[in-house]
Amino acid sequence: MRHALALLPVLLVAACGGGKAGGPDLTAILDEAPAQHLSDYGFFADAAADVPAERVRAYDLINPLFSDDAAKHRYIFVPEGKTAKADGGGLPVFPVGTALIKTFAFAPDMRAPEEGAFKVETRVLIRKADGWAAYPYVWNADGTEATYAPTGARQTISTVSPAGEPLEIHYEVPNKNQCKTCHQSGDAVEPIGPKLRNLAHEGPAGVDQLADWAAAGLLDHVPDDLAPTPSAADMTLPLDSRARGYLDINCGHCHKPDGSASNSGLWLQLEETSPVKLGLKKHPTAAGRGSGGRLVVIEPGHPEQSILAYRMASTEPGIAMPELGRTLPDPVGIDLINQWIAGMEGE
Amino acid sequence: MRPIIIASAMLAVLVPAACSKKAPAEKAAAQAPVTQVSAEGDFAASLQLALIEAKPGDTILMPEGTFAFTTGVSLDVDDVVLSGAGQNKTILDFSGQTGAGEGLLVTSDDVTLTDFSIRDTKGDGIKSKGADRITYQYLTVEWTGGPLATNGAYGVYPVESEDVLVQNVTVRGASDAGIYVGQSKNIIVRNSIAEFNVAGIEIENSSNADVHGNIARDNAGGILIFDLPDLPVIGGHSTRVFDNQIVHNNTPNFAPVGNIVAGVPTGTGLIVMANRDVYVFDNTFEDNDTVHVFLTAYNLPFEDERYNPLPRDITLRGNTYTGGLANPQGFVAPIAAALGGQFPAIVTDGVTRWSGGGDVELNIDIDEAEDVGFVSLGLGEYPLDPANLAPSFERPSGGKETEPSPIVLPQDPQPE
Repeated sequence: MRHALALLPVLLVAACGGGKAGGPDLTAILDEAPAQHLSDYGFFADAAADVPAERVRAYDLINPLFSDDAAKHRYIFVPEGKTAKADGGGLPVFPVGTALIKTFAFAPDMRAPEEGAFKVETRVLIRKADGWAAYPYVWNADGTEATYAPTGARQTISTVSPAGEPLEIHYEVPNKNQCKTCHQSGDAVEPIGPKLRNLAHEGPAGVDQLADWAAAGLLDHVPDDLAPTPSAADMTLPLDSRARGYLDINCGHCHKPDGSASNSGLWLQLEETSPVKLGLKKHPTAAGRGSGGRLVVIEPGHPEQSILAYRMASTEPGIAMPELGRTLPDPVGIDLINQWIAGMEGE
Repeated sequence: MRPIIIASAMLAVLVPAACSKKAPAEKAAAQAPVTQVSAEGDFAASLQLALIEAKPGDTILMPEGTFAFTTGVSLDVDDVVLSGAGQNKTILDFSGQTGAGEGLLVTSDDVTLTDFSIRDTKGDGIKSKGADRITYQYLTVEWTGGPLATNGAYGVYPVESEDVLVQNVTVRGASDAGIYVGQSKNIIVRNSIAEFNVAGIEIENSSNADVHGNIARDNAGGILIFDLPDLPVIGGHSTRVFDNQIVHNNTPNFAPVGNIVAGVPTGTGLIVMANRDVYVFDNTFEDNDTVHVFLTAYNLPFEDERYNPLPRDITLRGNTYTGGLANPQGFVAPIAAALGGQFPAIVTDGVTRWSGGGDVELNIDIDEAEDVGFVSLGLGEYPLDPANLAPSFERPSGGKETEPSPIVLPQDPQPE
């Protein structure tokens, strides 16, 4: 029965002439309006979006954003005959028609994320002729179809946490505007994760990801002097590098000069070097009750006196940072940032 | 009057569209200048959908009623009017909010928000960022539990914008500023009521603002004209504060510690801090228990080399001052005690230098009726050292010859 259901949308689309034998459908990708169903784009060979279509490649990041411990499956599509142009370690210039597809999945027991995994949402970023557009898709309960959901969704997920505790997640799929809040760069929308420096490692295929992209013609070249983003999880790296890597991907998309939190003057992207802009001894601007009674963003040597640590540990709106994209605290990240602040020399 | 066309996006979703590759609502909303959001069903989702699918030129109408929200809503389309049925008729209730940092977020230009209320948001009430030519009018933003540190920070919160108009709004209960305009330029805040907030109205790191015809009462501090270091936009200047009633701002300061406004002494009418070209005239100051007007330098350490922490080129003229002053509070209370128990109506800290630099001429002009009291504390510099106290009751006079021109905004046509 499940198989029959799964075939249904494929048949419907096929009947409408949206054939996908040759891979993704550029007409659907470049249409001004989002496709109603994820399957309409033809990114995947199967309705469950487990088998990427031709020219669609799985990839992953050195540092991912924390999203309530969701398992994330990322794919990129670059139209045939086109190539992304490397721009140092930053975001390459992706050609029109590029799509970045990210599926969020959970499992009944997150200690075994593959067992009984179910998809919740798929976020699609498409490079249209006039810039990037972000579209959220929400999966049906059977995992056979994901439907465009401009207003997002909320879903209660009962699972067992990576630490083995029963966990109820009030998961929030962001709406279309919230997609832009995090993906904002000036007036434009931009991808966050796939900066070349954050891709420069062995990807899910078990080979050097960027060399593979270049060999496949997705990327024009791999810059010689590319310095990979320090992995927050790589215990062989210095604490400062790991912490900055974590802040870069989890905070730096808004906390940057042209991001949604620019007005805070707290800038946490990897390139930032000014101690006060990184929060050291910096008084908050608009923290409100997010200050938690603490005086500065980072009090060197004292995570317990640092607003940054307070807001990372909270799940309450008005206090919690990031404001969007998580409903749980990230204990691993909190521990890392607390250690980093504790290790700073106080006065 | 434009025709009202009901663009029911929710209905369109129900229409089978197996062969459509477009979102059905996209088609339904085409050429619809006015969208009435239905009170039936999930109002929060319907409103958010209408705001996402709006086209420039559209008006989104919200019906009368109280509607519950569990997360913030946002608008990112230029030239949209979002209207309710009236300030106390359409109420967006965020008391059950579990997501987002504010109630309503606007990130597009030429937007008008009018005729509705926002209640009990967990963070800020309404925020607009990079939203030029925005109008906030006939809005109420309030926290219904009274003045509490657990209330959101700002009620009405335009930031990093040009041409900001705030008129006929009421804000109550903000744990920072009720009406806060930050890092913006060309600003009018008028005919509004700010009460039971920590700060009633605050213009911060902004330039060219007219604040007039407002009532700022029962806050901890009535009106603040501030400039802070270490922000992308600094150097606030050219603000006129006139025809306001700044009354009984004696609500105990309830700001969470760590916020700059937590340092505002309870019982303060107006504070000008680290700002220049500020003209304060024809206001009524009444029953503010600490001080009616306080001109002060920024008193914390900073490293921002662009920053001037002193208030300078300030003119006070033709204001009336009555009552209050009997119960000085906050960090200035010990100084009032040293002066014999209370301040006169107008106090300047007399700080004229910072970071080891030389004295700067502040050019402060106190052009008030003869019976209005004044003192300069003569502190010279911060950090505050009571030993530096050198009070002078001699009024400074000076001021610039030309005041800033009245602010004219493109969205606010002038009468012929």
